[in-house]
Amino acid sequence: MTPHRGRLRLAGFVRRETPPSARAGIAHRPVQRFPPIDTQPHNDTLVEIRDLHFSRGGRPIFKGLSLKIPRGSITAIMGPSGTGKTTLLKLIGGQLKPERGQILVDGVDVHRQGLADLYRLRRRMGMLFQSGALLTDLSVFENVAFPLREHCKLPERLLRTLVLMKLESVGLRGARDLMPSELSGGMARRVALARAIALDPMMIMYDEPFTGLDPITMGVIVSLIKRLNDALGLTSILVSHDVQEASSIADYLYLISDGQVVDAGTPDELETIASEWSHQFLKGLPDGPVPFHYPAPDYLTDLTEGR
Amino acid sequence: MLGPLQRLGRWGLGVFERLGRGHLFLLRILLSLGVAVTRPRLVIKELYSVGVLSLLIIAVSGLFVGMVLGYQGYITLVKFGAEEALGSVVALSLVRELGPVVTALLFAGRAGSALTAEIGLMKTTEQLSGMEMMAVDPVKRVIVPRFVAAFISLPLLAAIFSAVAVMGGYFIGVGLLGVDAGSYWSQMQANVDFYKDVMNGIIKSLVFGFVVAWIAVFEGHDTVPTSEGMSRSTTRTVVHSALAVLALDFILTGLMFGDI
Repeated sequence: MTPHRGRLRLAGFVRRETPPSARAGIAHRPVQRFPPIDTQPHNDTLVEIRDLHFSRGGRPIFKGLSLKIPRGSITAIMGPSGTGKTTLLKLIGGQLKPERGQILVDGVDVHRQGLADLYRLRRRMGMLFQSGALLTDLSVFENVAFPLREHCKLPERLLRTLVLMKLESVGLRGARDLMPSELSGGMARRVALARAIALDPMMIMYDEPFTGLDPITMGVIVSLIKRLNDALGLTSILVSHDVQEASSIADYLYLISDGQVVDAGTPDELETIASEWSHQFLKGLPDGPVPFHYPAPDYLTDLTEGR
Repeated sequence: MLGPLQRLGRWGLGVFERLGRGHLFLLRILLSLGVAVTRPRLVIKELYSVGVLSLLIIAVSGLFVGMVLGYQGYITLVKFGAEEALGSVVALSLVRELGPVVTALLFAGRAGSALTAEIGLMKTTEQLSGMEMMAVDPVKRVIVPRFVAAFISLPLLAAIFSAVAVMGGYFIGVGLLGVDAGSYWSQMQANVDFYKDVMNGIIKSLVFGFVVAWIAVFEGHDTVPTSEGMSRSTTRTVVHSALAVLALDFILTGLMFGDI
């Protein structure tokens, strides 16, 4: 996408006035959808994962995982802690290499690219890290300006305008001069989100965006993900184990466990057709197919054999 | 029976694996060195934090080392009535050995450990990963400027160390112990050869600069992203740099002065 097109889109996005209640995520207003500007040959799938195998330290993380992320949607990938959700995002971004299988992003096999081509592809991807991953020696303004300074030779005035527009879209234009150490967890994530959209990417990957946030901040982040996805015509991949929040904005859910997709569908579909395991996960039940107890020898034997 | 052997084998494999990773990393740095030319501002910024901020410890240490050299040299030389040779003894000890070696050891402790900690913390807090995902190569943006700055700084700091130490020797020898000032400087001028002594000292400090910079940035980049991993990496930077500097000093001295 050319910067010119990106600016047009963003200008459309920031022109709309958003009431404070919606900004805080208290009430979700229906958002006006802007037609996505796309001159690429039309293909409904933006990310396709085929038969992915990956292990770490001898422990298999993915055992033939396959899934598709539709273009223009919010797709949530959910599963218990330790199932490799963050690893999956790193595999999609080309930061890790699978043992077997393919990951196609916009028709490009991520792991068959040279370093230069991979970096070119990454310019079209945004990623929001759980920690925000802000550069601690740069101010909020400079953090958002960082990818623009690195990749585009823009006049300082235009760069300032762009950065302020991105910061305005996450509600932090007033915090431009703060340092990352002065931000709360939620603010840091919003700044990181402004930075992630700085290059007008085609997709954004969110790594556990709701973890450790107070309810209001969580509402803000939920609202932002939805609004940015709709207004900028993005494709969002949301990795989370926060069922309520993810289900509230996701168009499609994948539940993964033990290295494979256990269930997939819209939030409504999963309510009715989910397997027993998915039912336990979605409802947060303490016991079920995933047992409460870690595998251990017989309780009585264990207690008495120490005598 | 096989347990200790297995452990030894695993340790050996681990050492060679790290050495391999270190060399591949160095290759990546060398292939990316062009960024130091195309974006000199990044290097200048690091020159300040790596070089300028190390000036105080280098200058103070140089002063004291020079004063001790002057004092010890005088005690020995005066027994043979050769205290006029104090200038050449102090200068030769400094430009050939103490200047490059002590500066490299101090530099590893002050700037090397700081580089490792900074890069390691950037890795721990996912800043390096974040850069990769913004299509910014952290080796070019973070590692190379620091590597080049450390490589440039060490020879300059070694020169400052030697100059300050010569002045320290002068204060003690001439100012306190009564050695003739003319003898101090003229002996130094007569016995210190620019190519054989000064140039060899510069070559040594360039080699030390390269090795210390390499170890520091590699340890930072290769750190295990935990607090314990960070602590181990910074310790390894200081220990490995010191050992490498001392071993290389022995080898280089043998190569440079072996024909005497």
